[in-house]
Amino acid sequence: MFPASEPLALDCGQQLAPFTVAYETAGTLNAAKSNAILICHALTMDQYFLRTHPVTEKPGWWLDMIGPGKPIDTDRFFVICPNILGGCMGSTGPLSINPATNEPYGLDFPVITIRDMVRAQVRLMDHLGIGQLFAVMGGSMGGMQVLEWAAHFGERVYCAIPIATAAWHSAQNIAFHEVGRQAVMADPDWAQGRYLQEQRVPRRGLAVARMAAHITYLSETALHAKFGRNLQDRADRTFSFNADFQVESYLRHQGSTFVDRFDANSYLYITRAMDYFDLAGEFDGVLANAFRGTKTRFCVVSFTSDWLYPTHENRKIVQALNAVAANVSFVEIESDKGHDAFLLEEPIFFKTIAGFINSAAARRGIAPARSAA
Amino acid sequence: MLARQDDHTIAPHRVDHLLIAELVRPDARVLDVGCGDGALLQLLADSKNVDGRGVEIERDRVNACVGRGLSVIQGDADQDLDAYPDDAFDYAILSLTIQATRNPKKVLTNLLRISRRAIVSFPNFGHWKVRVRLLTTGRMPVTEHLPDTWYDTPNAHLCTIKDFADLCRQVDSKVERAVAFNASGQQLGTWVRLPLTIHNLLGEKAVFLLSRRAAGD
Repeated sequence: MFPASEPLALDCGQQLAPFTVAYETAGTLNAAKSNAILICHALTMDQYFLRTHPVTEKPGWWLDMIGPGKPIDTDRFFVICPNILGGCMGSTGPLSINPATNEPYGLDFPVITIRDMVRAQVRLMDHLGIGQLFAVMGGSMGGMQVLEWAAHFGERVYCAIPIATAAWHSAQNIAFHEVGRQAVMADPDWAQGRYLQEQRVPRRGLAVARMAAHITYLSETALHAKFGRNLQDRADRTFSFNADFQVESYLRHQGSTFVDRFDANSYLYITRAMDYFDLAGEFDGVLANAFRGTKTRFCVVSFTSDWLYPTHENRKIVQALNAVAANVSFVEIESDKGHDAFLLEEPIFFKTIAGFINSAAARRGIAPARSAA
Repeated sequence: MLARQDDHTIAPHRVDHLLIAELVRPDARVLDVGCGDGALLQLLADSKNVDGRGVEIERDRVNACVGRGLSVIQGDADQDLDAYPDDAFDYAILSLTIQATRNPKKVLTNLLRISRRAIVSFPNFGHWKVRVRLLTTGRMPVTEHLPDTWYDTPNAHLCTIKDFADLCRQVDSKVERAVAFNASGQQLGTWVRLPLTIHNLLGEKAVFLLSRRAAGD
């Protein structure tokens, strides 16, 4: 919690105060404070990367990547994952109480940007006394935060791992988000954003938004392999608009469970922040300028079947880094799982990350994890 | 200290890699284009403490390189060199790769733009065995060094040592050193200076160290 006397200056020109950054950690910060890794989460994720989620009771979302003996070894590194600014799991967002009205902010919450999210994270690092992070890592919107960190706070980032991301939101990305937002706002229960005050929940709107978005996280191959044209618990079509197909039933389930754990206004604000993201735009339209003089070591990762943030968008980041002769690795991982591949068990992806992290850690002089034997 | 060819402790290194490692100054910035499994980059990092980067077209090899801690990107010599700025490196290396590029002249020009020096190795199509095969069989030569048939080879632009020397002149570069290796991996002309024609006949592979020709050179 940062008090009213320490406001956060936002891109929109407003000051946010007071503000809270909720976070989770794992591992131990070493005496030199050199082994900290910041994990930046994606749009609908939160700080529960490792610990069981308090609402859904599901295991942490990056349990495969992070933990003792995992690619990001918590016996070696101190891992921090904050809930983003504008989120709904404890950090200040539209759900939070506006001190001016003593009501939830709702649409009075200022429109924030990815850079604002990073500014809040910088304040958290200052608070924790961490000068330079060993690594900043994240996929999707998390990757955008990684790029902002590297561009504006490069001296505080020893290595950066943007995964399945882009340096801007394309027209197609914005288009999908707009569909989601319109779905939320078309729900009468949204009540012009004042649903909390009116004790309503725009369940249907947010569920439709999630359904549309969820399709973009998968691939045609993955959907076909999982569902095909299979029918849901029935022998034939019902000649109705029930969820005859398994894929319909699956999406409805995805939509309805999402509503239980996510705030509709948060969804609007965060998707907006992503749409506004254009790193080159912050540097006179030249992406390479964002990284000029950088000493950070980069590892960019994309996935073959990701059509939301496809390889060619990730490659633009690599080319910009090459243009300033930055130290960059770039791998494209073969996967049919679409954008969500970065959250799933992909052995080659894990091996790549482990190799990059361990060689950088050796260079940085971070002691290896003590072996259990 | 650098391992020599006769040092059996580092025997697995390719002879052209060992020569390249001899040519590169310690602590240099090096770009290895077509870096394969990263063996040369690793050798240069271990023996010369270079700040090395690699470019490799095969996804599996890139993943293996990054997995072992090398800075390598997936890309190709024809398309991805344009992004690099002038003078970004001390050495740009193209090891047994130029013959597989679509536009060798453009690639070589790019190498000498982004780096003051270029080190290029390539299989010599002028080697006597290649000539004999073509002459006696009337078919595209298949040898131990060029084992692929014409229809499944990645090599698009094979050349001889003489051909390459011509290209070096065309791109206005200066040949600082040129070494040919025979079939058993020995350097030709270690004791006696041999004419280019002999190198071109007996060399199975060649390594050229090139620099940009400064005005007045």
